[in-house]
Amino acid sequence: MEALEDGVLDGNAIGGLLIELFGTEMTTAVGVCGSCGTVGQVAEMAVYQAKMGTVARCRVCDNVLMVFVEIRGITCVDLRVLASLS
Amino acid sequence: MAGTAVRGRLTWVTATVDAMMDETAHVRTLVLSVPGWGGHQAGQHLDIRLTGDDGYRAERSYSIASAPGEPVAITVERLDDGEVSPYLTQDVQLGDEIEVRGPIGGYFVWEPVLDGDAPLLLAAGGSGVVPLRAMLRHRMQLGSSVPVRLLYSVRSLAEVIYRSELDEASDGVAVIYTLTRQQPPGWTGYARRVDQQMMAEVAWPVAREPLAYVCGPTNFVEAVAGDLVALGYPPQRVKTERFGATGTP
Repeated sequence: MEALEDGVLDGNAIGGLLIELFGTEMTTAVGVCGSCGTVGQVAEMAVYQAKMGTVARCRVCDNVLMVFVEIRGITCVDLRVLASLS
Repeated sequence: MAGTAVRGRLTWVTATVDAMMDETAHVRTLVLSVPGWGGHQAGQHLDIRLTGDDGYRAERSYSIASAPGEPVAITVERLDDGEVSPYLTQDVQLGDEIEVRGPIGGYFVWEPVLDGDAPLLLAAGGSGVVPLRAMLRHRMQLGSSVPVRLLYSVRSLAEVIYRSELDEASDGVAVIYTLTRQQPPGWTGYARRVDQQMMAEVAWPVAREPLAYVCGPTNFVEAVAGDLVALGYPPQRVKTERFGATGTP
């Protein structure tokens, strides 16, 4: 697993957002990276938060796993490279 | 996978500031009265949302500082360029209303029943001590005899949060400071950033099957977690929570 750079958050930071979206606690959910196959809990993903939205990346291959963008009060979710989340 | 937004049960509620305690020159604890609070676990956090007069919103996550069953408390470090922490540490008044969502998190949580008698290694960088303090209070509340070592990396003694509480730590709890910038005269403790040598001296031996919780700025968490894994700790026994370069988790 690659060390995270200073300033990068982890999946704990999106726990509230995920409960709002999925209706349940998700930081212990296990995600599988669709790019490199790494299996890990959401809490261990690398999270980048910016004004325009939030991105979760794989800790091993750095591929984008989840994107959250709020547009006019509606949160759009893109689980693009996530092979599974359970 | 495709995803769509679904309404969850966790919603924003209006909490009231019931009490405030200054912990250090830059850090304050707020006790909140949160309607409908369903209880929390040690290690969880909550989100706070402030809305400006112009409708601009800022959201931040703060670790819960109190033990399960105690009134909800958060401990906030003031960041001078912050959008939320200056209000929470300077401007807020008793009785003020704040939007809160929580409790949140199931990963960075100490579960005494599930985790059994595993010794705890707690490692805090700066205000990363907040969720670990909730664990210490929970342990005390339970009358637990689980042995605990808390390694607390902080710039100086003056910046130690919960100093008096930590000084009175109960039997079975050892608090080890490393003062990274300023040490009092005659200081014989650690006086450097955490490194593998320090972790080897402080951490429980792997054979005791310890459980580690590491919270702080990202670079601190990376260093400690990396050192623990190098010492033989299984990665799944090292729980981490990062709050970036600045700010409180």
